[in-house]
Amino acid sequence: MRYSGFKVIKEALTGHKGWTPAWREPEPQSHYDMVIIGGGGHGLATAYYLAKEFKQKRIAVLEKGWIGGGNVGRNTTIIRSNYLLDGNEPFYEFSLKLWEGLEQDLNYNAMISQRGILNLIHSDAQRDAFIRRGNAMILNGADAEMLSTKQIKERYPFLNTHDARFPIKGGLAQHRGGTVRHDAVAWGYARGADSHGVDIIQNCEVTGFRIENGKCLGVETSRGFISAGKVGCAVAGSSGRLMAKADMRLPIESHVLQAFVSEGLKPVLPGVVTFGAGHFYVSQSDKGGLVFGGDIDGYNSYAQRGNLPVVEDVCEGGMAIFPALGRARLLRMWGGIMDMSMDGSPIIDRTHIDGLYFNGGWCYGGFKATPASGLCFAHLLAKDTPHPTATAYRFDRFERGYMIDEKGVGNQPNLH
Amino acid sequence: MILNHPLLGPRDAAEFTYMGDAKLIDRPDWQSTNAAREFYEYGYLRDNPAGPHEELWFHEAGDRSWLVVTRDTVTHEISKVELARDVARRRGRST
Repeated sequence: MRYSGFKVIKEALTGHKGWTPAWREPEPQSHYDMVIIGGGGHGLATAYYLAKEFKQKRIAVLEKGWIGGGNVGRNTTIIRSNYLLDGNEPFYEFSLKLWEGLEQDLNYNAMISQRGILNLIHSDAQRDAFIRRGNAMILNGADAEMLSTKQIKERYPFLNTHDARFPIKGGLAQHRGGTVRHDAVAWGYARGADSHGVDIIQNCEVTGFRIENGKCLGVETSRGFISAGKVGCAVAGSSGRLMAKADMRLPIESHVLQAFVSEGLKPVLPGVVTFGAGHFYVSQSDKGGLVFGGDIDGYNSYAQRGNLPVVEDVCEGGMAIFPALGRARLLRMWGGIMDMSMDGSPIIDRTHIDGLYFNGGWCYGGFKATPASGLCFAHLLAKDTPHPTATAYRFDRFERGYMIDEKGVGNQPNLH
Repeated sequence: MILNHPLLGPRDAAEFTYMGDAKLIDRPDWQSTNAAREFYEYGYLRDNPAGPHEELWFHEAGDRSWLVVTRDTVTHEISKVELARDVARRRGRST
């Protein structure tokens, strides 16, 4: 069923009796050509592009809970492509371009809002670094603009530009960045994949891999064995736990990242503001809640909840740069599990096991990558060669010395 | 989280800096014929278990000691805290 304004009006006049479920609930079959583990944003996008762009048949997405119940429903919904390094920026810009056409492609309202993202600067050194980053973005076809304190004050009058430690001296803006309704991304991709014949199987946990003579023949699940031509893992956050079932150790630690939302307010923040120096970023959702967050807690965790010292740290950062925040009440806070990789960048690659492919290590930047991650992983699964924008995301880059380390902090996953 | 420091008693985890898996105590032999591979695995690959995890915590805002903390990564429950020095000696890392 195609969605349209006409359809909404017609259903409104006829008692909303014509709507059908957005995707089927099929029983798992005994064999698929492609099995994607993980029904989050990346897994569903992978299945969608496998079916639509690469014309693959017999595809299943296996999800241990319900689709969209993991990180695609736990992030702070920001999209952007403001990276510095060659291995990253073309990929993220490719992703942003896919976001721009996504709603038409999926025939689904994902509430994509290019309201702009602003990275604040506080010193001469930081200005130099951000000008360099802006130039790298422009070289890769993205947009970037340096804003003065006056321009920032016009757009964001509530910001405290005169903080004693971190006065705002300007900012790097990407006007094409913004926010997306994150649940709608999962639902839109699920509906799109389902309409191309993909079986989305919920409540189906993968308990092991069947590997013989170095080849993956399929997966053991809570609903029986499913044989597969190729198996793609897209379970970022739980990658360590899943790949251990294939006796793999990864260049990844799992860490918890917390996020917060205030009560609904009238519009105060037109775009996304990041205060990196103070470990704080914030945007305002269409419902009016201030959605904000900061750093990861910093220790290995699979708990999906964090601890109070980071709550205090995030709120201190918020009060420093955006004092009016103190008058808003906190409505909800939650945690999600991040695949923190050894250089802060992701992996989309084959494993050493034939027929087993891996997508993970997204750190806390996975949401914005969803469309490109899905398309590049589908490319790899369908053609056995990496997509041109994802050639650097290899497993062996750590051993060969080709890290993609935006921050330059080395193999300390909790510092990326 | 509260870490029960062997010398100082219960201390707030916020006083500490997390330094990763306690397997980092077991530094490979640089003269091993396979040293490059061993150092790659030592530096970059992690077990990353869901469950009990032995890990290094550095008491940065305290007595600067290094601890080996056994903590469940699913519940955050801490079952054991030792001085990293004692663990390293027991594993033959120094005398």
